[in-house]
Amino acid sequence: MPEMNLLEAIRAGIDEMMAADERVYIIGEDVGKRGGVFRVTEGLVDKYGEMRVIDSPLAESIIVGSSIGAAMYGMRPIAEIQFADFIFPAFNQIVSEAARIRYRSNGAWDVPMVIRAPFGGGIHGALYHSQSVEAFFAHVPGLKVVVPSTPYDAKGLIKASIEDPDPVLFFEHKKLYRLIKGQVPEEDYRVPIGVADVKREGSDMTVLSYGLTLHQSLEAAEQLSAEGVEVEVVDLRTLRPLDKETILNSVRKTGKVLIAYEDNRFLGYGAELAAIISEEVFEHLDGPIMRVAGADVPAMPFSPPLEEAFMPSTEKIAAAMRELAGY
Amino acid sequence: MQLERDDLLKMYRLMLLARLLDERTWQLNRQGKAPFVISCQGHEAAQVGAAYALKPGKDWVVPYYRDLAVMLTIGFTPLDHMLGLLGRADDPNSGGRQMPSHYSHRKLNIVTHSSPTGSQVPHASGIGLAIKMRGDDAVVWTSFGEGTSSQGDVHEAMNLAGVYNLPVIFFCENNGYAISVPQKKQMGIENVADRAAGYGFPGVVVDGTDVIQVYEATAAAVERARRGEGPTLIEAKCLRLTAHSSDDNERTYRSPDELKAIRSQDPITRFTDYLMVEGILDEASQKRIREEVMAQINEATVMAERAPLPDPATLERHVYAEHEA
Repeated sequence: MPEMNLLEAIRAGIDEMMAADERVYIIGEDVGKRGGVFRVTEGLVDKYGEMRVIDSPLAESIIVGSSIGAAMYGMRPIAEIQFADFIFPAFNQIVSEAARIRYRSNGAWDVPMVIRAPFGGGIHGALYHSQSVEAFFAHVPGLKVVVPSTPYDAKGLIKASIEDPDPVLFFEHKKLYRLIKGQVPEEDYRVPIGVADVKREGSDMTVLSYGLTLHQSLEAAEQLSAEGVEVEVVDLRTLRPLDKETILNSVRKTGKVLIAYEDNRFLGYGAELAAIISEEVFEHLDGPIMRVAGADVPAMPFSPPLEEAFMPSTEKIAAAMRELAGY
Repeated sequence: MQLERDDLLKMYRLMLLARLLDERTWQLNRQGKAPFVISCQGHEAAQVGAAYALKPGKDWVVPYYRDLAVMLTIGFTPLDHMLGLLGRADDPNSGGRQMPSHYSHRKLNIVTHSSPTGSQVPHASGIGLAIKMRGDDAVVWTSFGEGTSSQGDVHEAMNLAGVYNLPVIFFCENNGYAISVPQKKQMGIENVADRAAGYGFPGVVVDGTDVIQVYEATAAAVERARRGEGPTLIEAKCLRLTAHSSDDNERTYRSPDELKAIRSQDPITRFTDYLMVEGILDEASQKRIREEVMAQINEATVMAERAPLPDPATLERHVYAEHEA
């Protein structure tokens, strides 16, 4: 079984789907010869040609809007937004169009498409190359939101997303692209959308996370283990639809919950998790539902001390774990 | 295709049907039965002329809310329209989910659209891209008003179509007003069609009150697209004979003189006069067609009023696919 990093696993999944289904195509900025600014689509234009790996004009709304049209025609577009920060010109197309087309046509039309976008900070990307945008989209019925955090999950989830009959936002943490390596089977497999994964078992508290903070949480859990606290780390993998069963089962077992995410704390994805947990398993809780999240400032600054001050980290998460363990 | 006598009579009947059906929707609005009406009156020649050049069920139609006569030409029935107007369960557009005149009909390749204007135009370019990728023989036609031509999505869509030479017909129905805002406050040019040069394809201005002229321009654009030669922007200069919608009052921004003047250019009167002069229509046949059309509309009205409303239990259906692949 080959070892791959996150972006190689995503590329492998896309490549296999394009080889198997000629309806699958890629459209985005610099996805052709350049292979994308992060090189996720590297080599695919040579294999599939310029009409299946399409360098779009520099305009996000048409990347998504044209993909919606093609999906309604019967194609399976993979639209790449170069940075999640640049997705907002396409917000109307995603939220008012892609998300609502099945509903507003009473099930007559569907939009089977994937919108891929690298998100997250810690790479000196500053205000406009670092954002976490998942909460805007996870709010919207009709959309699915997927965030893979390991190479195995990334390949299985991208394939499941391409096959999915509904629009899927596929957010890839850009700092994980080359940081995280893992075994990825060469054979065909899927990781189903809507299923979370317990990445580390533990009995004393539950950490819910995705993206870079998932890996920071796993590191912090090792520190706490040395201190005698066993932390269970749940990788959400899909933010919508949410795998409530896995989350609630873990909370029933541990009685304590910490939510770690990089987006701004206020009304970020952790807010909904906290609400669901307190509504559905309140009697199992043995402490406050806590959050470690990005600062409530408009965006992540460029200069390293400011960037570090914004970002969650292994240390910040470990500190929160210790506080929660004290209850 | 050369228009024969029968074609002209069919076009006349469609224009009249659109007008009288539209008038009926206003009556139902005034009776308190239809909460919202948006009208095609004054656009009938442009819409029938354009849609008559398409092959229903083969070509793709990405319309906007004023396109009742387009829908009827492609294959919508008066009952289909009435079911949508009254929010009935069997409304083919949306099952009563969308406001009236937000058209959709999957079997006829009429693509669902929304209310934020211009958001449908990128879908047309995407359909054009898919047609080209698949090597299909279809073309895609999309429409919008001159006000909507200010939207970035319209620019982005035309630009993509120009880059990849896509089989798209962009059809601008210019009636001079975006609700209350006149064209001179919308753009610094006289003709929307002039913009086509900036995208690298032809732009054509036609008299939108002349059904034959619109048909000929659209047929040429369709043939060009089918030959793989790329998109065309057609601008049809139309009239808006009603308020923007049943919630608007055009007398607050259009002068009595202007409102009187546009009546004299009514496209239906113009086509009727032409057919009479050509000897294709006479008083008797005109009366007979009108009676037949009214009978259709009366029947559709009665059937739609009797048709069931949606079951509230269906509220949460069709958010996601119900039978996953």
